Amino acid sequence: MPIHPNTHITNSTFNSALPGPDDIIRIELANGIVILSRANFNSPSVVISGYLPAGALFDPDQKLGLADFTVSALMRGTNNRSFQDIFNALESVGASLGLGGATHTIGFNGKALAEDLDLLLDLLAEALRRPIFPEEQVERLRAQLLTALAIRVQDTGQMASLAFDKLVYDGHPYSRPEDGYPETVQAITRTDLQEFHREHFGPRGMVITIVGAVDPAQAIDKVSHCLADWDHPEQTEPAALPPLNPRSEAKTERVTIPGKSQSDIVLGTAGPSRRSEDFLAASLGNSVLGQFGMMGRLGEAVREKAGLAYYVGSTLSGGVGPGPWYVSAGVNPDNVEQAIDLINKEISRFVTEPVSDEELADSQANFVGRLPLSLESNAGVAAALRNLERYQLGLDYYRRYPDLIKSITSEEVLVAARRYLDPRTLAVAVAGPD
Amino acid sequence: MPKIAILCYIPGMQTPITKLTLENGLLVLLREIRSAPLISHWVWYRIGSRNERAGSTGISHWVEHMQFKGTSKHSSSVLDKAISREGGMWNAFTHLDWTTYFEILPAEKIDLAFSLEADRMSNSLFDPDEVSSERNVIISERQGNENEPYFQLTEEVQAAAFRVHSYHHMVIGDMADLQTIERDDLYRHYRNYYVPNNAVLAIAGDFDTDDMLSKVRAAYESIPAGNNPPHKFRAEPPQSGERRVTVEGPAETTYVQMAYHIPPAHHPDFLAMMVLDSLLSGPSNLNLFGSGISNKTSLLYLALVEQELAVSVHGGVQATQDPFLYTISSIVHPASSAEKVISTVDDQIKRLQDQPPSGDSLARALKQARALFAYGSESITNQAFWLGISEMVATYDWFLQFLDNLAEITPHDVQRAAQTYLRPQNRILGVYQPTENGKLV
Repeated sequence: MPIHPNTHITNSTFNSALPGPDDIIRIELANGIVILSRANFNSPSVVISGYLPAGALFDPDQKLGLADFTVSALMRGTNNRSFQDIFNALESVGASLGLGGATHTIGFNGKALAEDLDLLLDLLAEALRRPIFPEEQVERLRAQLLTALAIRVQDTGQMASLAFDKLVYDGHPYSRPEDGYPETVQAITRTDLQEFHREHFGPRGMVITIVGAVDPAQAIDKVSHCLADWDHPEQTEPAALPPLNPRSEAKTERVTIPGKSQSDIVLGTAGPSRRSEDFLAASLGNSVLGQFGMMGRLGEAVREKAGLAYYVGSTLSGGVGPGPWYVSAGVNPDNVEQAIDLINKEISRFVTEPVSDEELADSQANFVGRLPLSLESNAGVAAALRNLERYQLGLDYYRRYPDLIKSITSEEVLVAARRYLDPRTLAVAVAGPD
Repeated sequence: MPKIAILCYIPGMQTPITKLTLENGLLVLLREIRSAPLISHWVWYRIGSRNERAGSTGISHWVEHMQFKGTSKHSSSVLDKAISREGGMWNAFTHLDWTTYFEILPAEKIDLAFSLEADRMSNSLFDPDEVSSERNVIISERQGNENEPYFQLTEEVQAAAFRVHSYHHMVIGDMADLQTIERDDLYRHYRNYYVPNNAVLAIAGDFDTDDMLSKVRAAYESIPAGNNPPHKFRAEPPQSGERRVTVEGPAETTYVQMAYHIPPAHHPDFLAMMVLDSLLSGPSNLNLFGSGISNKTSLLYLALVEQELAVSVHGGVQATQDPFLYTISSIVHPASSAEKVISTVDDQIKRLQDQPPSGDSLARALKQARALFAYGSESITNQAFWLGISEMVATYDWFLQFLDNLAEITPHDVQRAAQTYLRPQNRILGVYQPTENGKLV
């Protein structure tokens, strides 16, 4: 039911303001596409967001960046419209639609005034189903991708991350960058793009969420109208993820980028997947370590007390597989060793003694309290619905979430911390000047 | 002090604004929005890098950092934790003309924002040890910026654009000043300008206006008005010839930035410049949160990127108090050159100077602006941001009438703006040239 701007929402109705089975509509079309929708009539706008299981896991090593290149080329021309026709239609009404590649999936995000939702969906369906990869556009795009890679080589943060992934995920697909390397992007042909699209793009495994000033039943009709007849019996099965070899020793990698004023540090290891039973415990622990308030204990030690960094914090990636759990910091090149020492000290403490009751309660309150804020915009709700489907959390997940969070104990946090963050096997990557 | 209720409406969003000034000079803007159980609370100070002189550049930004270091009543860690515990968010920004602090909290927890902001309006400690440790943090922030070729180029272009006016330096400040500014300099700046008669309070969200007004008075009305020393602003004389700057540094990519002096937000030509920007390089996003829209059908994208002279181009108009800059920034295609990019931009500008744009293209720019406003209105915080920033650069009426006034802009207005402002004599050309081992690539 739409909530009108002048309706006062009291505390008693607060819980039902969180998405749940009574206001999320989820249906699966006969061809496998899953649609989730929730109305929000507070603003005359609408967002669409979703993914297909056609990510970089399918990339051959020598053509790394193929999934990303393919998805980036989808809007460069379809059998019905040229690149300029597509963007003229979008930009003329102030709408936007973007597609991009990730490891497991390719994703899309779009927004428009509600009156232009049909156009947005038509363009998405065309791009996904009937791209023609015009030769000239493919080469133009290649130059743009190569320039992005040339900028990456000079970026201390990105280069530290790249080196970190190689250390932690040696021999595993997560060690590979989705945007590839200059030589692998050079090696990709137009035929490769066509074949990748033909083999991996299809309705099976596709998820689309629609949130905004549209009635969910109508939203589903609109999606069905342009995607229900998509049929692709030969679509490949989603790529399986090989197991990750356990690491047995600490490793450090330094990347020298001349002329830089600051060094970036990435330090950590592989963490739990989003569906691991200990994900929420690890997540609360991560908040204490490097998120809560001004970046948790790490922010207090490295930034506030020692004044060593403009930024420092920790991130737990989650995701379909064992995404990284890492600390990142930007520091003066002279302070790199001191910062790493302080970070290691905090990690040792984190895996030795349980977080205090107060620290745990603070982060629990933060996790529960921030839900309304994260669900304020249509894009926030769309991301939440996408996660429900991606990780099979159940439509009632956000209603159950406060209890799930509050039930976690400091012992569970310690067990999770110890399971992943072994100080003897952490990887450290630093990128900066000599 | 009588309550001055100004009843004004955003199209499609029939919620009134309340605007009044307290006895101590604090300007208050309140807007009820009942779309989510949240309140967004902002305090804006009319102080920024525009108010700084050589020797104290970056001081406004450093003071902003010190505002998170605690008062006698709230120690720094207590402040952070209190907000985070309620699931809220807080942060601050320092810009050319203003410094702002905001909290977003569940509606029933908003007293926390009042308690913190009213306290740090006058009671921050500026502990010498904290100042010393923060010096390193800020220098580190500047060094992080310096890692980006684009920052280095922008810094030099801005310095070349403003020989006299204090928009000359970047908000972060010059390294020389970050090394020498002392605790007492910071504290003096704070006490002079963090006063209610130099501030605007903007609150939007799930509240009853009368109740909120009582809270505002209880928290802020007892803070005495302060000194707020007047500033002597030095107007930038008209530029009478093209200026060029080159920055060399390790990179593999050439960057171009073209900057033109343009009028401030309240000037009648500012909206014509916004339309011009929209046609040339795609619409600027006025929202604080959320991305804008793509610009692949803008004139410069077609002429530069589609012709493989550049791999990207973006333009930007900023709403400021004093005349600032319209900038066109581009990453040069590996097979092209900075000069080719510049001459192609010149061709496109000349076409707009020679012939007014079509009515259809203006209608399109208006629809784009309407869509961007709709995206921003999804968020209570964006709406509170709009309340405050419009008072920093003009008045809230400026914002409310924005779309209506934009609709009044004619093709002739756009042509005249192109003729008046986008002249070579009125611009600074900046090029970042990549080097390898100290030699130009």
